[in-house]
Amino acid sequence: MKQELKVDRDYVGEGIYRENILDHYKNVRNLGKIENADLEFHDLNPICGDEMTVSLNFDQDKVREVKVLPKGCAISTASASILSEELKGKNKKEIMKMKTEDIFKLLGIKLNSMRIKCALLPLSTVKKAICGVKNE
Amino acid sequence: MKQEFESLNVEEIKKDFPIFNRKINSKDIIYLDNGATTQKPKQVINEIKKYYEEYNANIHRGIYKLSEESTLEYEKAHDVVGRFINAKENEIIFTKGTTESLNLLAYSLSLDLQEGDEILISKMEHHSNLVPWQQICKQKNLKLKYIEITEDGLLDLDDLKNKLNEKVKIVSIAHVSNVLGTISPIEEIEKIVHDNNSLLILDAAQSVPHMKVDVKKLNCDFLAFSGHKMLGPTGIGVLYGKKELLNRMKPFIYGGDMVREVTYSETRFNELPWKFEAGTPNIVGGIGLGKAIEYLEKIGIDNIENHEKELIKYAYNKLREIKDIEIYGPNENLRSGLISFNIKGIHGHDIATILDEENICVRASHHCAMPLHKMFNVLGSVRISFYLYNTKDDVDKLLLSLERAIKIFRK
Repeated sequence: MKQELKVDRDYVGEGIYRENILDHYKNVRNLGKIENADLEFHDLNPICGDEMTVSLNFDQDKVREVKVLPKGCAISTASASILSEELKGKNKKEIMKMKTEDIFKLLGIKLNSMRIKCALLPLSTVKKAICGVKNE
Repeated sequence: MKQEFESLNVEEIKKDFPIFNRKINSKDIIYLDNGATTQKPKQVINEIKKYYEEYNANIHRGIYKLSEESTLEYEKAHDVVGRFINAKENEIIFTKGTTESLNLLAYSLSLDLQEGDEILISKMEHHSNLVPWQQICKQKNLKLKYIEITEDGLLDLDDLKNKLNEKVKIVSIAHVSNVLGTISPIEEIEKIVHDNNSLLILDAAQSVPHMKVDVKKLNCDFLAFSGHKMLGPTGIGVLYGKKELLNRMKPFIYGGDMVREVTYSETRFNELPWKFEAGTPNIVGGIGLGKAIEYLEKIGIDNIENHEKELIKYAYNKLREIKDIEIYGPNENLRSGLISFNIKGIHGHDIATILDEENICVRASHHCAMPLHKMFNVLGSVRISFYLYNTKDDVDKLLLSLERAIKIFRK
């Protein structure tokens, strides 16, 4: 997933730790792992070593159940939690169409280029699961 | 002006560093990531500008004055570096950085190793002193072994002795750990390693910029460090080696300037150090590094070391008071100018982001030492690392922001 990284020289990241972010960080929704899930993928952010596991069950094409197991910062964890709520009921095509901006909208915050990768780790992990990328 | 330490006149020093004139959101920059790279004084910046504006030419090629000037300056930089670490003439090779220096050694030294030979490194190495050895061992069927570290974050010397045998040809370790700050007792280690007839390589990326390093006193066989971590430009680094060893070694990269005579079937290599500097080198980088070292010498490396010790002592004792903080590595007497820590329940990235709101620059990740962090059972840590332009005031600002981070995450 390639994306344009722009550096805003005066942006300082003020106020990204809003209540909803901290709430999802401390109380992750759909936390855990589905046994024998239809799809599962584990990935990590090589820059920081943060880890992400997602498992998904489908009703035909639509997500019926999703679990996330994040191990990392508030941003990647909250993003996983919020995304897990959003995925239910979506079909694979709709998920594959989701973009960076959709994640920003869900989180309701603006991030600098160094932290965007944290926020996108959950979505990219879900997409890899759907594409059939396999963990070794 | 607050009471400062006595080793350095930081107020005056800071005037040499143009970056500290910059304000972001009308706030000063508090730079505490010197383990990653350092800021540059105007003496270095001006010389780089001067090179391009006044004497830019390739070295060892032209007969004309410009080339003579750039050749002399580039060669002189080798001498400046050599004097700084007490090397003999022609023992200083310029590379891209510590990483390239260590790769050069892994490649060139392994040419003489036999299947089954062993290489010994420690469990607290930076990836640059781990991955080259790991990969060369796979290619050549050599065995890579690791020296354990103690709970206090020190190199386990008993384990070093236990792991040595006649098959161990190379021991390569950090002089100062980039995560734990541990200063390893090289004079003691050197005797153990040389008694076993092994070569001793030091990754000195975190030591040479911060303390007096004398290669003859340490009696290491090779030593590697980077220019950009000691006020110099990026893309320039150093490999020191004992002359008799360098003479015996085969080059790592082949090409122009490293040859004496070439025919279609044979090549006779150039003398030291040029044998190891193929192609047009980073001329301006070398010259810039020379200027950086002259600047450090003017301030006095011992003064810098003392200044950092005072800062570390101050910061270490203040940080220790924070509830639920975990500081890695030895106590403040056995460490160099850096501290890595975690605060329970707050990820390093989140701490770094909150510090960034006050323009406080720190490193938050695995610091290119993933296996070491795994050993501590953490994903990463926050690291602060000092240099000559840091003050007690910087530490106080850091502490205030850490308190803010704790408040945000504990409410």
